[in-house]
Amino acid sequence: MMDVWISIILSVCAASTPLLIAATGELVVERSGVLNLGVEGMMIMGAVAAFATAQVTGNPYLGALVAIITGAAFSLLFAFLTLTLVANQVATGLALTILGLGLSGMIGEGFVGQPGVRMDAIDIPVLTDLPVIGKLFFGQDLIFYASIALVIGVAWFLFRTRAGLMVRSVGDSHSSAHALGIHVIRIRYMTIMFGGACAGLAGAHLSLVYVPQWVEGMTAGRGWIALALVVFASWRPGRVLVGAYLFGAVTIGQFHAQAIGVAIPAQFLTSLPYLATIVVLVLIARNRRLTMINTPASLGQPFVPDR
Amino acid sequence: MRIELQKRAGASNTFALLSPLIALALMMIAGALMFIILGKNPLTGLYVYFIEPLTDPWSREQILVKATPLTLIAIGLAVCFRSGNWNIGAEGQYLIGGLFGAALPVLFHQWESPILLPLMLLMGMAGGALYGFIPAILKSRFGTNEILTSLMLVYVAQQFVDWVVRGPWRDPMGMGFPGTRSFNESGALPKLFEFGDAHYGAVLAVISAIVLWFLLSKTLKGFEIAVLGQNPRAGRFAGFSAKKMTIFAFLVSGALAGLAGIGEVSGSVGKLDDKLSLGYGFAAIIVAFLGRLNPLGIVAAGLILALSYIGGEAAQISLGVSDRATRVFQGLLLFFVLACDTLIHYRVTLVKPAIAGS
Repeated sequence: MMDVWISIILSVCAASTPLLIAATGELVVERSGVLNLGVEGMMIMGAVAAFATAQVTGNPYLGALVAIITGAAFSLLFAFLTLTLVANQVATGLALTILGLGLSGMIGEGFVGQPGVRMDAIDIPVLTDLPVIGKLFFGQDLIFYASIALVIGVAWFLFRTRAGLMVRSVGDSHSSAHALGIHVIRIRYMTIMFGGACAGLAGAHLSLVYVPQWVEGMTAGRGWIALALVVFASWRPGRVLVGAYLFGAVTIGQFHAQAIGVAIPAQFLTSLPYLATIVVLVLIARNRRLTMINTPASLGQPFVPDR
Repeated sequence: MRIELQKRAGASNTFALLSPLIALALMMIAGALMFIILGKNPLTGLYVYFIEPLTDPWSREQILVKATPLTLIAIGLAVCFRSGNWNIGAEGQYLIGGLFGAALPVLFHQWESPILLPLMLLMGMAGGALYGFIPAILKSRFGTNEILTSLMLVYVAQQFVDWVVRGPWRDPMGMGFPGTRSFNESGALPKLFEFGDAHYGAVLAVISAIVLWFLLSKTLKGFEIAVLGQNPRAGRFAGFSAKKMTIFAFLVSGALAGLAGIGEVSGSVGKLDDKLSLGYGFAAIIVAFLGRLNPLGIVAAGLILALSYIGGEAAQISLGVSDRATRVFQGLLLFFVLACDTLIHYRVTLVKPAIAGS
């Protein structure tokens, strides 16, 4: 019985990790006042880049690295348009998603149906063999550990460092930050690329760990759920962690319900994570005070420096 | 070298017209590069994609068929985007429109009557509007982000339609294939010509475009839409309600997406099946921006996007280029359109960093 629960918890971790990574990246982007709706597109580009690299080289870690670079490079398109050319952020983010879905489909066409290279769970002698906690704490894939380190690192960076304060000040009032001599555009370029790198790694987790194969459109809205998680978390890294694991649990819960053969059509169960997102967004939006305090005040606003 | 922007005193009319054309030209160049990377002759590639379909009557009709839903959805989106409401769930509203519109001919499959078709179209519009109402009421009542809710509802609609055509509405004579019964004659949107696939949905699209163009550019409502979209604060001082506008914009765009949905179901397929969701709701976002959110411009933009679909099919057959290249083209096009729109509001200059400092 214990084994069953451990395997369920492990699968919840696997379902939550990509959401957590992508949402944490987007959180930093939004904290700097930029709304990048291209998470889904950057994520799927990461997924295809990771799969293709791992397939060609046989090395999943190289795959993850290439996914990170791909995500960051792809996000530069968005950064150039919205920061340098001051294009509308919502529309440009959508464009990034549409392009990412199309481009990944074309790149991955030859890989459809091929068995992928799986990134194996780590195995530390003695520690991994410990009862119960061994598998949970010392027997998961590296990206899982990276995701936890990422949340802690981002929380520390944003609220305990000078650079983090600069990012937040740019997000809360870009004009004041600019007047203080902070390079608004430069900081935003960096946060956007960080968000892209995170989305790329999230995609790598999907195609290397979660389902080690390439399926067109395999992100299936996870990039959008990550965006919703940032709102749900009211721009707090710790709450992103909670939210991502809640969603992971809902996803795994509906899989198990389908497997047991609950007398509810599979399509309704598949809809659950999406419906849950809507419900959560409504609940969080009703709490005006919480949202008002934490929303970066310049979020989505265009910025043209006066000289 | 660095790019520097200077705000123009007013929007440039020249560039308002030129920017979509520059974007198209840039897409052609990017497309040519892509063909070279794929090892194809770029000129042949562009010819097959963008010119050959125009020379053949069958292809021209297919362009019309594809342009119909794209245009209908995009003019609705224009109302939303102009008023600052980001409806990106048109795909869901399109699906639910198709579902609602199909209800009568599926549930009363023996009923033949001249009023069946108009009722179906109205039901389709109602279905789409109703589905668009959900993110709208959530936004106006609770302040929920409409981008995310409308998008999540797309996935829900896809699953729901999938369940309906495999479950309760499945054709008992359909040998187990997902899909409803085929509609009878009086439930089919008539074809435009004696032969071919083009149907009267195209006429509905043009009529809708003219009506919406009039609404947006000649009426007080259109002014209200523009003011609320560009400056919500000014809109509030003028006594316009942003909340009511959210509801209005989503209802209009939902209804038009729903009309596109039932148009496809009744005009092209003749029944509701599991292949209704083809991504028109997302491609229509590109159409809306390429048409610069102007309903008449959108008619032209819808034809251009439709051309890229048909050209993509042709390129797949004659050049062996993946049909996924089409979506890359479309994505690039949206990027170029958004980039070129900068020229309308800003004077773009290249500056040497030595002069301007950093």
